[in-house]
Amino acid sequence: MSLWEYIADRRDLLLFEAVQHASMVAQCVLIAALAGVLAGVATYRRPRLSGLATSTAGVVFTVPSLALLGLLIPVLGLGVAPSVVAITIYALLPIIRNTVVGLSGVDPALVDAARGIGMSRRRSLLRVELPLAWPVILIGIRVATQLAMGIGAVAAYVSGPGLGEQIFSGLARLGGANAVNSALTGTIGIAVLALLFDACYVLIGRLTIPGGVRA
Amino acid sequence: MPEAANHMSGGKGVPIELRGVTKVFPGTGEPAVLDLDLTIEAGETVVLLGPSGCGKTTTMRMINRLTEPTSGDILIGGRNSRDIDPDRLRRGIGYVIQQAGLFPHMTVAGNIAQVPRLLGWDSRRVSERVDELLALVGLEPATFRDRYPRKLSGGQQQRVGVARALAADPPVLLMDEPFGALDPINRARLQDELLRLQEELAKTIVFVTHDVDEALKIGDRIAIMQRGSRIVQYASPAEILAHPADDYVEQYLGGGSSMRLLSLTRVGDIELDQVPHATEDTDAGDLRAQAEADGRGYALVLDRLRRPRRWVTTKALAGADGTAGEVEGEPAGVLIGGRTTLQEALEALLNTDNDVVPVVGRRQVYAGAVSLGTVQQAIQTIKSRERDRRRRQHGDGGE
Ligand SMILES: Nc1ncnc2c1ncn2[C@@H]1O[C@H](COP(=O)(O)OP(=O)(O)O)[C@@H](O)[C@H]1O
Ligand SMILES: [Mg+2]
Repeated sequence: MSLWEYIADRRDLLLFEAVQHASMVAQCVLIAALAGVLAGVATYRRPRLSGLATSTAGVVFTVPSLALLGLLIPVLGLGVAPSVVAITIYALLPIIRNTVVGLSGVDPALVDAARGIGMSRRRSLLRVELPLAWPVILIGIRVATQLAMGIGAVAAYVSGPGLGEQIFSGLARLGGANAVNSALTGTIGIAVLALLFDACYVLIGRLTIPGGVRA
Repeated sequence: MPEAANHMSGGKGVPIELRGVTKVFPGTGEPAVLDLDLTIEAGETVVLLGPSGCGKTTTMRMINRLTEPTSGDILIGGRNSRDIDPDRLRRGIGYVIQQAGLFPHMTVAGNIAQVPRLLGWDSRRVSERVDELLALVGLEPATFRDRYPRKLSGGQQQRVGVARALAADPPVLLMDEPFGALDPINRARLQDELLRLQEELAKTIVFVTHDVDEALKIGDRIAIMQRGSRIVQYASPAEILAHPADDYVEQYLGGGSSMRLLSLTRVGDIELDQVPHATEDTDAGDLRAQAEADGRGYALVLDRLRRPRRWVTTKALAGADGTAGEVEGEPAGVLIGGRTTLQEALEALLNTDNDVVPVVGRRQVYAGAVSLGTVQQAIQTIKSRERDRRRRQHGDGGE
C-alpha cells in the first residue's frame, strides 16, 4: 500500500488526530502564554527574581520530554492530563524569557516619558511597555508553539491525543504492514501543522504589531 | 472655535517654589541636591545651567515627583506637591526630554493625544486639539498627524515632543536638555520657536541645559549651579554677563562675555545715532548745511515715504543747486530693523564700506543709524545700568 493510499484510507481518523493535536497545542500554548507573560511582567523589574523564573523554567528544559512524561504518569495517570501539563511547562520557558527580555529592552527614556506625562505604572505597562515588547514576546510564543508541536508527538507515549499515535504505533511494529507509512504520516502531519501555525503567527504579527515598530 | 481659544489663553504659568529641597539617592554618600531654595516667578523661563552631574535633572524631576525629595517642600501654584497625587500632578506639568521620547508605536497624533485622553477628553475634542498643536509647533497637521515618529527628523520629533507636553495646556513646562541632540541649525530654530511660543503662552518653564549660549538665549533668569545643585548666581542673562558673581561663573561663561552681551541686546533697545538726512524733495542746500554742521561729510537721502535711498557726500551736495533727490551718491545699502541684535548690527557694519548702517522701523521708515561708536556706547550703558541695579539691591539688603 502506498503512502497516499494509506492516508486516503484513514482520512477521517487522521483528520481527527490532526485536529486533536492542533487543539491540544493551541490550548497549551495559550495557557503558557498567559502564565508566562504574567510571570515575566511580575518579575522583569527585579532582575534577581526574573533570573530565578527563567532559570527554573530552564532547569525543566534539561529534562528530556519522554522522561518528564514518564515522571508525570504516577501523579496524573495516562491520557490528556500529563500531556497538557508537560507541553505547557515546556512552552513556558521561551515565553517567560522573551517577555523579560522584551520588557527590559524597552528604552528607559520611553518609560520615563510615559510616567512623566502622567501615566500610572499600570497604564505605562499596558500602553507603552507591553506593546513595544510585543514583537519579542510573540517570537517567544512562536518558539513555544514549535516546541509544543514536537512534545505533543511524544505525548502519545502516555496515550495523549494527537498525531503522535501514528508515529508511535508505526515505530512499535516496524517491519509490519504499513509501519513506515504510519510513522511517516504522523511525522509529515505534524510538520504540516507546524507550518500552518507558523503562517498564523505571521498573520497575527501583521495584525497586532503596530506599524511604527514593525520591522 | 471659542474653546480652542480658551486653551491658548488658559494654562498661564504659576509660580514654583523650592524650599530647602535635598535629595540623597540611596547608596550614594554625597547628596545630589543639597538644601536648595529657588523661587520661580509665574510665566518666567528659568534655566538651570551647570556642568554634567551637578544635579540639574534631579532638581527638575523633583518638581514633577519623578524623583521624590528626601526632604524639603516644593510649592506649585502655592500648593505643596506632596499633597497632590503624582500621576495627577504630572498631567498638569508638561515634560520634554532629550530626543523627544516619543512612543514609536503610536502615530504623531496618538503621541500628542496621550494626556488629553488621560484627562478623559472626548475624541473630537482630542483630535481638534492635536491639529491645533501641530499647527502651533509648525507641522502641517494633514501631513504629520498619521506619521510614525521614526519617519520624522530629529527636529520634527522634538516639535512633536513639545506639542505633546503642551497638549492639555499645563501651566508649567519642564524641559531637560530638549534640544541637546539636534544639530546647531535645528537647535537654533527650535530655540527661536520656543521663544515665540513662550511669548504667546506665558508658561512657567524650567529649562535644563549645560550650554551657556542656549541658557543666555532662552532664559529670563538663569540659575548657575555647582555640584549638589548649589546656586552660585541667579539672575538675568544681562546681569550675569555684565557682573558674574564669582570666578566660577566667569569661568563657566567662558570668554566673550561682551560679544554675548551684544547678541542679547537689540538695536531697538539702544540709543541710536542720527545722521544728517532729508527727503529727496528737500533743497540740496538745506541738506548741505545740515551735513556741514554735523561734520561727518555725508548725508542720507530718503524717498518721499522716508525710506533710506542714497548716501551723498557734502562735496556732491556743494555742487548741486536742485533738490537733494537729484544729487548723485551711493545706494543706502543694508538696512537693519529694531529686532536686529547688536551682534548682527556689527556684522552689517563690518560688511559695508560705510561707517554707519541706517536703522529702519515700520515700513522701512528711517529711524536712525548704528556706528561702532553707538555699539560701544550701548555696552557701556548696559554695564553701568546693571552696576547701578546691583548697588541698589545690595543697599536694600545691607542697610
Ligand atoms: N537614580 C539615581 N541613583 C543614584 N544616583 C543618581 C541617580 N540619578 C542621578 N544620580 C546622581 O546624582 C548626581 C546629579 O545627577 P543629575 O541630576 O542627573 O545631574 P545633571 O542633570 O546636572 O547632569 C550625579 O552625581 C548622579 O550620578
Ligand atoms: Mg541631566
